[in-house]
Amino acid sequence: MIVNTNPHLKHSPRSEFIAGVRAILPILLGVAPFGMIYGVLAIGAGLNVGAAMSMSPIVFAGSAQFVGVQLIHSGVPGMVIVFTTFIVNLRHILYSASIAPHLARLSRRWKWLLAYLLTDEAYAVTITHYNQAAASTVESAHKHWYLLGAGLTMWSTWQVSTAAGIFLGAQVPSSWSLDFAIALTFIALVVPALRDRPSITAAISAGVIAVIAADLPYKLGLIVAAIGGIAIGLWVKARQASNTNHNQRADNQ
Amino acid sequence: MNVWFILICMGLVTYAIRLSMILLLERVDLPPIIQWALYLVPPAVLSAIVFPELLMPSGMLYLSFGNVRLLAGVLAAVVAWRTKNVLLTIVVGMVALWVLQMVMP
Repeated sequence: MIVNTNPHLKHSPRSEFIAGVRAILPILLGVAPFGMIYGVLAIGAGLNVGAAMSMSPIVFAGSAQFVGVQLIHSGVPGMVIVFTTFIVNLRHILYSASIAPHLARLSRRWKWLLAYLLTDEAYAVTITHYNQAAASTVESAHKHWYLLGAGLTMWSTWQVSTAAGIFLGAQVPSSWSLDFAIALTFIALVVPALRDRPSITAAISAGVIAVIAADLPYKLGLIVAAIGGIAIGLWVKARQASNTNHNQRADNQ
Repeated sequence: MNVWFILICMGLVTYAIRLSMILLLERVDLPPIIQWALYLVPPAVLSAIVFPELLMPSGMLYLSFGNVRLLAGVLAAVVAWRTKNVLLTIVVGMVALWVLQMVMP
């Protein structure tokens, strides 16, 4: 009666892989220039070509790499850099947690590989696809190939664009003050993300604390400022929530 | 600490975070306060780096129209706010810095 409902015919590893590659392609238009900027800046910040190049496969996280390069440039101690990397990448806990149920039945080897490829971009396209697929059709037994396709495409683009940037960066004279472009990149990333009062308060208070605490030993001011900013932002959020509750209660009476 | 050692530790930390929940849990809902804290991480960390970079270019607080990095940074922030364009923000900020460095004695 019903012909060919076997999902394995429609969703082969190959077709899932290609679908993942296709889904991430448009995002790469934004990733490639970012990778090149990283490469240029890493050289401008004084990293040698080998270290700048290796950072992309070893760390493979855009914002953490930018922050790392900036901190190495300003002579921040290694422990503080590693801890800051931890804070910057903490958001990946969310990705890891939300993708985990989809990968639960895979072998350890697959989990270890896919975790390495779990960037912001690969996560975003994959989880969107999984949520849509869960709503519409039979779940594919090969859906992890989708994440592999998206992740490997992202990986290759990052490595190639980084290398191109490093090559360019080596041609740029230091009188161009290119180190300033890292701060500009952060401004470009932060300002549009300030959409509500908690994040605006967190950003401003972290910045102010960083200036006040700039003389702390081992550049610990950075970490104090980050944690302080987050705490103050959370406090604003909690006050907003309790105000809403209060108003609702008043309305009900 | 050696640069290579820093790189490897950064890589291990990043990988451990990405792997953590995939290995530990099959289904998890993080409490809202943790989700909010994670949401606030980028604005807090990036501002904590940018503010001193703009306000203390040589290690001391320098609030003045002679502070070219502060002027260029504020202009870049306006561009970022109006356009949300990363590349344009960087280009405008760098050009502003170069022009100001030429104009200011």
